Amino acid sequence: MTIDENEAIVKFENVGLRYGLGPEVLQDVTFSLAPGSFHFLVGPSGAGKSSLLKLIYLALKPSRGLISLFGRDIATTSRRDLPPIRRRVGVVFQEFRLLNHLSAFDNVALPLRIAGAKKSEIQKHVVELLSWVGLKDHLDARPPTLSGGQQQRVSIARAVIARPKILLADEPTGNVDDPMGMRLMHLFEELNKLGTTVIIATHNNMMVEKMGYPKMHLDEGWLEMVGDGSMSAPAPRQTDFEGLI
Amino acid sequence: MFARRSDLPLDKDALSRFLPWLIAFMVFLAVMAMAGVLVLNTVAARWDRGVSGTLTVQIIPAENAVDDDARLQTVLKILTETPEIERFETLGDDKLLALLEPWLGTSAGAKDLPLPRLVDVELKSGAKLDIDALSRRMEARVPGVSIDDHSIWLNRLVRLIRTVEGLASLVLVFIALSTIGTVVFTTRTGLALHRNAIEVLHFIGAQDSYVAAQFASRALTLGLKGGVIGLFLAVPSLLGIGVMAAKMESGLLPDITLGAVHWSALAGLPIIVALIAMLTARITVMKTLARML
Repeated sequence: MTIDENEAIVKFENVGLRYGLGPEVLQDVTFSLAPGSFHFLVGPSGAGKSSLLKLIYLALKPSRGLISLFGRDIATTSRRDLPPIRRRVGVVFQEFRLLNHLSAFDNVALPLRIAGAKKSEIQKHVVELLSWVGLKDHLDARPPTLSGGQQQRVSIARAVIARPKILLADEPTGNVDDPMGMRLMHLFEELNKLGTTVIIATHNNMMVEKMGYPKMHLDEGWLEMVGDGSMSAPAPRQTDFEGLI
Repeated sequence: MFARRSDLPLDKDALSRFLPWLIAFMVFLAVMAMAGVLVLNTVAARWDRGVSGTLTVQIIPAENAVDDDARLQTVLKILTETPEIERFETLGDDKLLALLEPWLGTSAGAKDLPLPRLVDVELKSGAKLDIDALSRRMEARVPGVSIDDHSIWLNRLVRLIRTVEGLASLVLVFIALSTIGTVVFTTRTGLALHRNAIEVLHFIGAQDSYVAAQFASRALTLGLKGGVIGLFLAVPSLLGIGVMAAKMESGLLPDITLGAVHWSALAGLPIIVALIAMLTARITVMKTLARML
């Protein structure tokens, strides 16, 4: 699967999402991200940030609208063709979602093993990356024996080990101290420089302002793109309707 | 098809500890049922071979013993003149009484009962004797003689054996279905228990077949383990039955020991059960995961 540099790597058109019969948590979300872009996904708690990320890493199906990843309409993509797409999307889950019965090494090695990498390559890359995130001495440690910050770093290492084309991170620096947080952000920047499209959901406004990347601002399910040329539909906010009335 | 290592903690499931024993009991029952089928098959074949080449001539006792002797000599003469007959032997009173002992006990004597004269006849191998013609020849010269080629008894016996064989085969089918049901249940439970980990594997890009291979591999291992346990439980039982059968000194009961081919077939049962478990687990996982995103 090759990617056209001019083609959007992530494209949402009028996407709506509701859980069951509840209200829409995402409403008419429309945007497209160019390959190699870097965005912060910001907004208050409950705005729908995690739901938006779940749609991108194919954990949820939209209630309406069109989603395309790497130029492929997800609604018409067969189930068999989804795993190769997912392998190109690295995810740092807010709750880490590490496999507790596996060591830190094995957790990080999972994406490479699933992709069928050679044992020697897995050994080399995993040890290298875990060393880089400061966990060289915890290769054999099981997640429950690690602190929240250490688990978060294992989770990040797992998300980036296979050099994904898209990296999604939900509050990736929430459990680490500021120096480690900046170190991890630099890791994301390095990946971005290598061509990975990065979306980071965060509440850390200071970090967002300091790094200066464009923002995807979500509020009550409506998305607004701030600070870049990526396409975004104007959000028909409730207040707008009130003004019209 | 097999994953060399497992990303799911299937070993730690309580059901994983329970499944081998369940499969062991299934294999035990399957081995016993299959051994029954094999033994019955052998017995039927041996009875068929043993009885179809023999005849029994029965001379109903007359009023006085002298006549009986004369009639017997005539019958023996006819038998001697018949080229298809290999050998014949008149059963003495001792043998007749021994045959009747289960019904009459030991107190009855030859003088107390009007015993028929029996002649045990063995035909030449492959010989085609016209029983009806022989019967007519004898009846013409010695009234009250009957020839029994055992066909009625043999047909009934073979029908009975085939029925029991059919039932034993049905038991094997039920055992296979029970094994499949058990594996489906344990696999579905495993999928529910490890749903979170399976989701993570999916998000990382694992195909359904990757997850299914881990369940299939586990089911194969547990199936083989249970199968071997079941076989080890069944073999002493079969040997015990064989020893008991050998001790029975009955002319009716042929040797019912199992041959090398039979033992090989029984030894293959754990492998077949393990393969059934593996395939069932794989199909169950693939079908269940197909309903997930």
